[in-house]
Amino acid sequence: MSTLTNPSSGTGVVSWLKVLTDRLTGAELAQTGKQLLLPMVGILIFLGFWHLAAPQVNTSLGTFPGPAQVWEQSGQLWQEHVNQRERADKFVTMQEERNARILADNPGAEVKIRGYPGAPTFLDQVVTSLITVLAGFFLATVIAVPLGIVFGLNHYFQAAVNPLIQIFKPVSPLAWLPLVTMVVSATYVSDDPMFEKSFLTSMITVTLCSLWPTLINTSVGVAAVNPDLLNVSRVLRLSFWTHVRKVVLPSSVPMIFTGLRVSLGIAWMVLIAAEMLAQSPGLGKFVWDEFQNGSSQSLSRIMAAVLAIGFIGFLLDRIMQVIQKQIAWNE
Amino acid sequence: MTKLHLELTGVEMAFDTPKGSFIALDNINLKIKKGEFVSLIGHSGCGKSTVLNIVAGLLQATKGGCILDGHEINSPGPERAVVFQNHALMPWLTVYENVELAVQQVFRKTMEKQERQDWIQHNLELVNMAHAANKRPGEISGGMAQRVGIARALAMKPSVLLMDEPFGALDALTRAQLQDSLMDIQQDLNNTVIMITHDVDEAVLLSDRIIMMTNGPAAAVGEDLYIDLQRPRNRVALANDPTYVRYRQEVLKFLYEKQRKLESIAPRRANKAAEASTERNTGITARF
Repeated sequence: MSTLTNPSSGTGVVSWLKVLTDRLTGAELAQTGKQLLLPMVGILIFLGFWHLAAPQVNTSLGTFPGPAQVWEQSGQLWQEHVNQRERADKFVTMQEERNARILADNPGAEVKIRGYPGAPTFLDQVVTSLITVLAGFFLATVIAVPLGIVFGLNHYFQAAVNPLIQIFKPVSPLAWLPLVTMVVSATYVSDDPMFEKSFLTSMITVTLCSLWPTLINTSVGVAAVNPDLLNVSRVLRLSFWTHVRKVVLPSSVPMIFTGLRVSLGIAWMVLIAAEMLAQSPGLGKFVWDEFQNGSSQSLSRIMAAVLAIGFIGFLLDRIMQVIQKQIAWNE
Repeated sequence: MTKLHLELTGVEMAFDTPKGSFIALDNINLKIKKGEFVSLIGHSGCGKSTVLNIVAGLLQATKGGCILDGHEINSPGPERAVVFQNHALMPWLTVYENVELAVQQVFRKTMEKQERQDWIQHNLELVNMAHAANKRPGEISGGMAQRVGIARALAMKPSVLLMDEPFGALDALTRAQLQDSLMDIQQDLNNTVIMITHDVDEAVLLSDRIIMMTNGPAAAVGEDLYIDLQRPRNRVALANDPTYVRYRQEVLKFLYEKQRKLESIAPRRANKAAEASTERNTGITARF
């Protein structure tokens, strides 16, 4: 059964993936036709290997899931999401009807509107993770690009800060997390918090770990502006701000984007770890919960999450690439 | 033509190196009149670029000074526009935007928007580059990019146009074409031009005056040759003109007899390219 379903499911995923990348990169269909075959062969061989090897691995939760089980569980996760949405819709309509009735009886009555109390589904977790990673990445960018420009413009500053960068850059998110957690719970005290504490903890951890590549690349890009262009700027007597805006920044855009893409990749990796440890909602928590759950389906569901994490990471990088093509002058 | 315009007095340039102070230029004295086309010629590493950078204000002389129209030069400015060897156009801006950046900066207070647009267009037409206004420097040839570099410099309405081996990176045909254009433009605008060159023919063809520099370290003005040839000049007609040939020989004699480099020719030629590039990048010139 699985030998029949695997190839078809494999090609389904591949072609969908290619269509998506086509739309994203705007590449010619004819070219991708040529490039389609080899990746397809690679994925098929991988699926076959996985299918054969998985049953050999025995764990306390049964054998390691093969592609078929993972595919099945992916469908299951989707179904759960659909069901949960239906229940949520029902809940909302019921609540609205009840509130309408109460208001009809007594127009002055205060009606309560409660959120649907059901557990977040896999897709909800994906959305939460995406929001967290983008918030953390955005914060990292907002910090790293201006700082990188300052360091790149002033080599005294650069020399002073360089050792700090080199020391903080390799720190694992897991090491930051306890500190961030304590600091956030101590400083972010509010009766009506705008953000969940766990969200802030994950986001700040992501920021701390992902800002370094952008910072370093920006400062290198800024320091490496063609000396002739700097002389043009001096001959034109551009003011400091015009110089930064019209010469330094555009000149370093390609380097900044290289940094941003590395940063986003790191941000996504770090986020999963941070969510697992911080127990903040998201894909990391989903994986951890399934692991703790320990049912016979857990491994398949975790594997489905692993694939989803990889695929989303790939998509994020592609999106950055498209933005880079739009903005950077050397593309 | 006769008014004293630009004056260099006792210019000395010393660079700090790990091995101590290095004197690149020693006591350079020059008086240049308005509208004069002056070439600086000399072997690689003799400090030609240093002289140009001092006039541009990109370098500060350690002794002596430079006066333009009664004002001392101590910083760069658009009235001393520079044409760089490798065009130095912003690769992310189009041809039009590159000229616009300069015009915007220099004339934003004195010209209306429409006036500025016309002025940019006029300068692009002057160098025959109006057709490529919306192209990026990466999409046009080196010769075309150099034309735009010249247009950008001219658009600043400089009182002195400084050119650092402007045609050095171009092939011979493109170079001849650009030299002709430059002569035409110079005929119209009557700018003061200081041009660095390695090319004897280029120097004699274009200049009113050739300043020949001695070899460094401590380079100085060796000979000062006035080229009294009728303008407009035609390169083909001049090729056999006895006066032209005599000027040419004088420069060659200076370069290859009086200031002959001590090493043999072969390694020097190999060094020349590398030398020229370090010269541009560091401004430290005299090496031999």
